[in-house]
Amino acid sequence: MSLTRLPASELVPMLRRGEVSSRQLCRAFLDAASARDPVLGAFLHLDADAVLAAADAADASRARGEAAGLLAGLPVAIKDNLCQRGVPTTCASRMLANFKPPYTAHVVERVIAGGGVPFGKTNLDEFAMGSSTENSAFKTTRNPWDHERIPGGSSGGSAAAVAGCLAPLSLGSDTGGSIRQPASLCGIVGLKPSYGRVSRYGLVAFASSLDQVGPFAHDVTGAAMLLQVVAGHDRRDSTSVDLPVPDYLSTLDQPLAGLRVGVAREFFGPGLDPEVEKAVRGALDAYKSLGASIVEVGLPTSPHAVATYYLVATAEASSNLARYDGVHYGHRTAEKTNLIDLYCKSRGEAFGAEVKRRIMLGTYALSSGYIDAYYTKALKARRLILEDFNKVFAQCDVLAGPTSPTAAFKLGEKSSDPLSMYLSDIYTISCNLAGIAGISIPCGFTASGLPVGLQLQAPAMAEETLLRAARMHEKATGWHTRRPAGA
Amino acid sequence: MKLTEEQVRWVAHLARLELSAAELAALTPQMAAIVAYVDQLGQLDTSGVEPLSHALPLSNVFREDEVSPSLPVAEALANAPRKLGDCYAVPAVLD
Repeated sequence: MSLTRLPASELVPMLRRGEVSSRQLCRAFLDAASARDPVLGAFLHLDADAVLAAADAADASRARGEAAGLLAGLPVAIKDNLCQRGVPTTCASRMLANFKPPYTAHVVERVIAGGGVPFGKTNLDEFAMGSSTENSAFKTTRNPWDHERIPGGSSGGSAAAVAGCLAPLSLGSDTGGSIRQPASLCGIVGLKPSYGRVSRYGLVAFASSLDQVGPFAHDVTGAAMLLQVVAGHDRRDSTSVDLPVPDYLSTLDQPLAGLRVGVAREFFGPGLDPEVEKAVRGALDAYKSLGASIVEVGLPTSPHAVATYYLVATAEASSNLARYDGVHYGHRTAEKTNLIDLYCKSRGEAFGAEVKRRIMLGTYALSSGYIDAYYTKALKARRLILEDFNKVFAQCDVLAGPTSPTAAFKLGEKSSDPLSMYLSDIYTISCNLAGIAGISIPCGFTASGLPVGLQLQAPAMAEETLLRAARMHEKATGWHTRRPAGA
Repeated sequence: MKLTEEQVRWVAHLARLELSAAELAALTPQMAAIVAYVDQLGQLDTSGVEPLSHALPLSNVFREDEVSPSLPVAEALANAPRKLGDCYAVPAVLD
């Protein structure tokens, strides 16, 4: 079997045993990327020389007998909204087309310190705003399972890189489902950690109270490995939580006795594709046969989650993106103008349609006369959503349901209808509003061969339970071992 | 209540976004549709509910007031589209 089709959970032990060097492995993934990324379009930037230099450093360090770190020289692709000093960080926006950050994100520092080799920057919806990666200003990313379909978004490049076997692990960010939905649509594992579990330092801000960085991998072990590396307190992010990080890998393979799996009535409403429903119900049956009990629960506020999210997230985005003023960094208009017009023209020229739409919505929701009806009202709904989860997690250990209402849709299918695109996030956004942990794992395929994802959610800081529950399903079913044709 | 093009133009001004006539024409019905959708929140009973701006129960996070190195000026300015000496350059604010 080709090296590039192996999961990180097998490659890392091979690196440790010296059966493969970091250079050989990185070379294999670079070759795969040169052969197939012209079609997949997962990467915005991939510097082969820098990758090989870092791989050689990892090999040299191992040769000297130094600790190899948890990642032992493994390549890790990075979403292009995470800063790496001196490396282009564009957020797939013309605004930051020439931006090279003067500092490195906490998570990228942790990947390097953990023995990982930063492996290029991956495509995304501009500033992580979107559900298909079609909002990138620079390129189209294709779903490795069907090149006429979207990979999901916003972390579509990171998902396609792993699913397409161009990288064994990658980092993404999730504000309303941007890790879990592309993981689901690409047939891999994607985890959104609890808010505060991972530092946001160096993550280009979209909606600061919702954003969180997390891993993509072929299997749950790979996701646990990368979470282990990036999780933990960082004083440079005042919202990062100062709690010890459990040793996720040491307990991962222990099944949870007496696991209570909650299923919310609201997960199986109108709009859910019957093939997705069938795969998800199959996953619930798998849990039953493993001895878990299925508990029916209710999330009564969930019909309002999309509306709540698109007010809170856009309000925060309109404030965060005010920093792009054509003065400090980023695009500046070439027109000779006064200061106010410099702001307006620089922003008007460089932001794409979806980013403009969200800045406008957020500005409207915060504007005088509307803030109580929209923004403040949404914050009250947000508390009700959190309280729903608190009640549910008194009755069950994890919640299970679909990650996305449909499998991957066609390129262009929803790009002219923003509201229908927003509704594709219906199952993932409450998790961010409540700050809890969520994961998407493969749970089957449609008749036409498109992957379907199962979403599991657990209370804040309960990643250990989440990962163990996910691993139980994975071990019993084996969906995660499939790879797309040609990968 | 229906969102008008005039309101959208005012919001664009608040957001410091220059929009072309075509963008304004496309955005107005899109924003109107999204606003009509989010108006459903009006049906949700939130009487007596405190707004939740943040999922974490964090209050102020303090640290020691220690001197530490900051970004050198040249690096901080390296991405500036236009600079003048050690400063960001902008068009004259006063004539």
